[in-house]
Amino acid sequence: MTSAVTISLDVNGERIEADVPPRLNLLDFLREHLKLTGTHVGCEHGVCGACTVRVNGEIVRSCLMLAVQTQDSSVETIEGLSDSGEIADLQVAFRARNALQCGFCTPGMLMAAQDLLKQSSQPDREQIREHLSGNYCRCTGYQAIVDAIEITARARTGHQP
Amino acid sequence: MKASAFAYARATSVAHALELLATHGERAKVLSGGQSLMPAMNLRLISPELVVDIGELDELRGIAVKQGVLTIGALTRHVDLLKSAEVNTHVPLLAQAVAHVAHPAIRNRGTIGGSLAHADPASELPACMVTLGATIITRGLGGERRIAASAFFTGIYETVLSPQELLVAVELPAAPTHSRHFFHEFARRHGDYAIVGLAAQAVVNGGQFADIRLGFFAVGERPLLAKSANRLIDVVITPAVLSEASSLLGEELDPLEDQQATAAMRRHLAKVLLARGVSSLLSRPDLGVGAAA
Repeated sequence: MTSAVTISLDVNGERIEADVPPRLNLLDFLREHLKLTGTHVGCEHGVCGACTVRVNGEIVRSCLMLAVQTQDSSVETIEGLSDSGEIADLQVAFRARNALQCGFCTPGMLMAAQDLLKQSSQPDREQIREHLSGNYCRCTGYQAIVDAIEITARARTGHQP
Repeated sequence: MKASAFAYARATSVAHALELLATHGERAKVLSGGQSLMPAMNLRLISPELVVDIGELDELRGIAVKQGVLTIGALTRHVDLLKSAEVNTHVPLLAQAVAHVAHPAIRNRGTIGGSLAHADPASELPACMVTLGATIITRGLGGERRIAASAFFTGIYETVLSPQELLVAVELPAAPTHSRHFFHEFARRHGDYAIVGLAAQAVVNGGQFADIRLGFFAVGERPLLAKSANRLIDVVITPAVLSEASSLLGEELDPLEDQQATAAMRRHLAKVLLARGVSSLLSRPDLGVGAAA
């Protein structure tokens, strides 16, 4: 009864077919089966945000989704967003502002930040904090992360930082 | 941790899901958005033998308004509620409350039916249902049941839903014209489970409450529709009246103690919310002044 289920999905634009046990979550599928280790394992119960990925264009917790639920979905990880150049400016801003120290939360932070900037071109600091409320960072104190997102938003809309 | 092993079935119709639930009963769990079920399974708090995934049942998704009643399908996600013009127009209390349900990544998956069936006493939506006088619609092989929200929640993670039934929709009466609402919760971090929260709706006439419904959450084993609200109807609200209602509220509450707050702290915060809510609903800043006392 707990036998493997065949799934077919797109991961970072590449078609993937796999046989997965039902209990396997999307996070472990990405890391262990596809070796996409940029998505991080944190709390495994939806609190920390380190495992944030995009499914069909929307951010989700990959620890709270089963791999079998991604049938026919399009999944994008930090590797996909990074390689395509979609978040290159955000990554530069994170580095310039020291918005990361140990880097553990950074892939999830970038996912959440890019999600906000897609929905709102000029978010204020309060909106940035609210959108990142589901992502823990234990190093920076968040100030620098909010700074980096704010200057990226300004730069994207043609304002001087 | 990881969930223990289970079998998986993807339901192809409501009838199919009901057949699976009828066969497997308590050994099965329904997977909707998974934002409460998956953490519970990952923490090994529950280990179902079978997971019935209803995620592809599009018939259970969507929001419709008809003759003053808003019907919301069980699979409607929090993000859909948040973006819905119908919800914003007809049940603005719910629109405001949903913004406090977890975080964007969780609202993209979590569903209203899942949240209500899970019945966490600290979650926002069950309290909203009680305040708004919702009807919860369930289906089993024997047919449909229509259950008043006030009778649906029975305890911590407990409802009158049987293991063979599926929660399929909720019906909400559109807020009366000129009604006002108030929503606030105390939480450690925006989007976290509330320490104490209040979902209120009222009809104000000539500076007095013609009606007021106060749904408190995280103050006991299930959402509480405060009886002490009756003390506030059709009277001029003075600090003395508010203080009396506040005392009555304190007697009604039976808060739990956990790592976030003691029972006494929860009782205190509920009274603070009462004063702030009444003050806000009546646009009387003077009544909120002594709220912290």
